[in-house]
Formats: sequence, structure tokens, C-alpha cells
Amino acid sequence: MKKIDTCGMSCPQPVLMAKKGLEQSPEGVEVIVDNTTAKTNVERFLISAGCAVSVEDHGELTILKGKKA
Amino acid sequence: MEGKKGIIISGSVVGAIAVLLVYLGNPANMGFCIACFVRDIAGGLGLHRAGVVQYLRPEVMGLVLGAFIMATKNKEFQAKGGSSPTTRFVLSVVVMIGALVFLGCPLRMILRLGGGDLNAIFAIAGFVAGIFVGVFFLDKGFNLQRNYKQPKYDGYVFPALNVGLFILLLAAPAFLFFSESGPGAARAPIWIALAAGLIVGGLSQKSRLCMVGGTRDMILFKDNYLFLGFLSILVVSFILNMAFGFFDLGFEGQPVAHTNGLWNFLGMTLVGWASVLLGGCPLRQLILAGEGNSDSAVSVFGMLVGGAIAHNFGLAASPAGPTLNGQIAVGICALILLAISWKNSEFLIKNKG
Repeated sequence: MKKIDTCGMSCPQPVLMAKKGLEQSPEGVEVIVDNTTAKTNVERFLISAGCAVSVEDHGELTILKGKKA
Repeated sequence: MEGKKGIIISGSVVGAIAVLLVYLGNPANMGFCIACFVRDIAGGLGLHRAGVVQYLRPEVMGLVLGAFIMATKNKEFQAKGGSSPTTRFVLSVVVMIGALVFLGCPLRMILRLGGGDLNAIFAIAGFVAGIFVGVFFLDKGFNLQRNYKQPKYDGYVFPALNVGLFILLLAAPAFLFFSESGPGAARAPIWIALAAGLIVGGLSQKSRLCMVGGTRDMILFKDNYLFLGFLSILVVSFILNMAFGFFDLGFEGQPVAHTNGLWNFLGMTLVGWASVLLGGCPLRQLILAGEGNSDSAVSVFGMLVGGAIAHNFGLAASPAGPTLNGQIAVGICALILLAISWKNSEFLIKNKG
């Protein structure tokens, strides 16, 4: 699964990066985000792209794993 | 679904408060206008001398502090910055020049339409066209590079400045400028305007309400979340304008507006394009600055300077229409945007090199 680090990137870059990642690795992506806006936006995008999403909290960072069903 | 309810409620409250502020004294169709209000603040501080648009608008201080309080409460306050601040400053000057050729930021554009001002249709068309241009460059890899964590107190500086600005307004020392006629003299009572800003600032922080984000996300991701906020503002302001008898359908004689469709279109094209590059509309910049983002604080300073430039150089339009200087400035600004878009689009640069 492709890993994408979006830390420090502001709206809408994290979602664009997730979108591009999903195009390159259609089975799923792992996206690291560092703020709530990016977290909710990326999560919403992955769900709408047909992924099952799991969320892991690591303090300031959150890892979103989106796997295509 | 919870999220969609949230943005619809936020948009509706913004639309309702905007009309109430007009009822309580703000200029017509200008319950909120970030570009106009920041320009008024520039005038109030004496950065420009256009006598009819000078006032320290407490709505702006409220928006910033509302966002600050909400972000702190939800542990979302993060001091960060360093993502091409100078470029953001210039982009914000461009946003202001475009907005003042049309006479309104994206938020006021919707409120104008909600009040029956059909000139806003040309502006919306231009705004959407500008967003398409911005999205084209996003697809080509446009970004302003990452930001970095900053010392926590750096994030407090911008909210603190707004507290200071509000104290200045209350103290009203003689060195400030307050319009005695014109839009700058049309004001809702200070404490109500502050409270309106606080509520809208808090809601906008929580819901991420953004005028440019609505259309951008529809184009990029077919995501209608933010667009629902945009629509809610329009619907509620329309209904309340009808209820209060403010609704006046037409092109001619609209308040703080001109009827030149071409320049309404082109002014807002600049705003849409530059706002996509900035990552958010003027309202969103105020909210992010309240959340501790110093790049957005720099954007607000750019808007302040842009507002001053727009009036000092005779670029801002008036109800009589756009000025020649304004039209030339729109052309120059488009070239600046093209250069910034090109040079920050990774795929365009790589292909060349």
C-alpha cells in the first residue's frame, strides 16, 4: 500500500495527494495527516472513492488507511 | 450526514446574520464583506484616504477571535507557517484588487445575489472561471510548499492584534479615521457587530466554510460539502431579504455596485483564481489566521495593503463603474497570477527542465 505524507501541506493539497496516490496504487493508500481539516477531507474523499477507511491516532499525527473493497 | 448538517446550519446562520446586520445598520447587501471590511479598516487606520470607506469593522475582529476561541476549545489551534509567505502576500493583494473592481468578496457576491442584485451573476461566472484556471494549475502540481510548526506564541500574535484593534475602536482616538457619510458610515452597533463576527467565526472554523472551496471541490473531487454552505447562504439571505423587504431584483441602482458586466466578471476571475492558489477565500484566510496559521495572517496583511493600494492608486470601482487604472491593474494582476501559477506548478517546471 502506498504511503503518503501530507504533513505541513494546506488545503486542498492533502486530498489531491491522496487522489494521486490512489490512481498510482488502486488497491489502497495510507495517508498521514497533521490537522483536523486534512483528516476529515481525506477521510471523506477516500470513502467517496469507495475505500474502507481505518483511522489511527498518533498524537499530533493521524494515519488514515483506505483499502478498496 | 452529521457533517453536511453542520455546513448547512453554518451557511444558514451566516446568511441570516448577514441580513440582520444590514437591518441593524450595515450597508445594503453588505452584512459581511471581508474585502470591503478589511478595506474599511485600512481606511480607518489612515492607510488610504477615501473618506467614505473608513471604519474599524468589529465584524472582522469577531471573526478572527471567534475562530481562535473555537479552535482553542477543540484543540485545533496550531501555530504554523512558512509556506511561501511573500507569494501569499502578493496573491492577497491581487484578491483585493479584483474584489474591489467588482465591489465585494465572494461572500458579498452571494449576499448581493441573495438581495436581488443581478450584476452578481456576471461576478459568479467570472469567479467560477477563475476557479477553473486555478484548478488547472493544481492539476499541474501547483503548490506553495509545506508549512512548519512555529512557536506557540507566534500563533497568538494575530488574535492579540485583533483584540488591540477592537480596543482602538472603543477608544476611538483622534488619529483614526471614521467615515461621516457613505458605506463606511453605515454601521451596525459595535457590540452586536462583534458578536455577529464571533458567532460566524466560530461556526466557520468548525465547518471550514469557504466560498472558493465549494466550487473547487466540486470540480476536483465531485465533493459538494463546502458547496452546500455556499448554497445555504444564498437561500437564507434570499428568504430574509424578502421578509425584511430588502429584496430588489435588477441590475440598475443596486447598492454599492456598478453595472459593468465585463469588469464584474474579470474582477472576480482574479479573485477565484488567486483564492484557489491561496487555498481559500478571504473569509477562510481570517479564520485560519485565528487558528494560528501565520501564512494566513500574512494573507490578511496583504489584503490590508491591497485595500490601501486599491484606493490610493484609484483602482477600486465605484457605483459609477470601474476606473481605467483598475482595468489596467486587473491586466497586470492576471500576468502576476500567471507567473506565480506557472513557477509553482511542479509538472510544468519539470517538463521544461
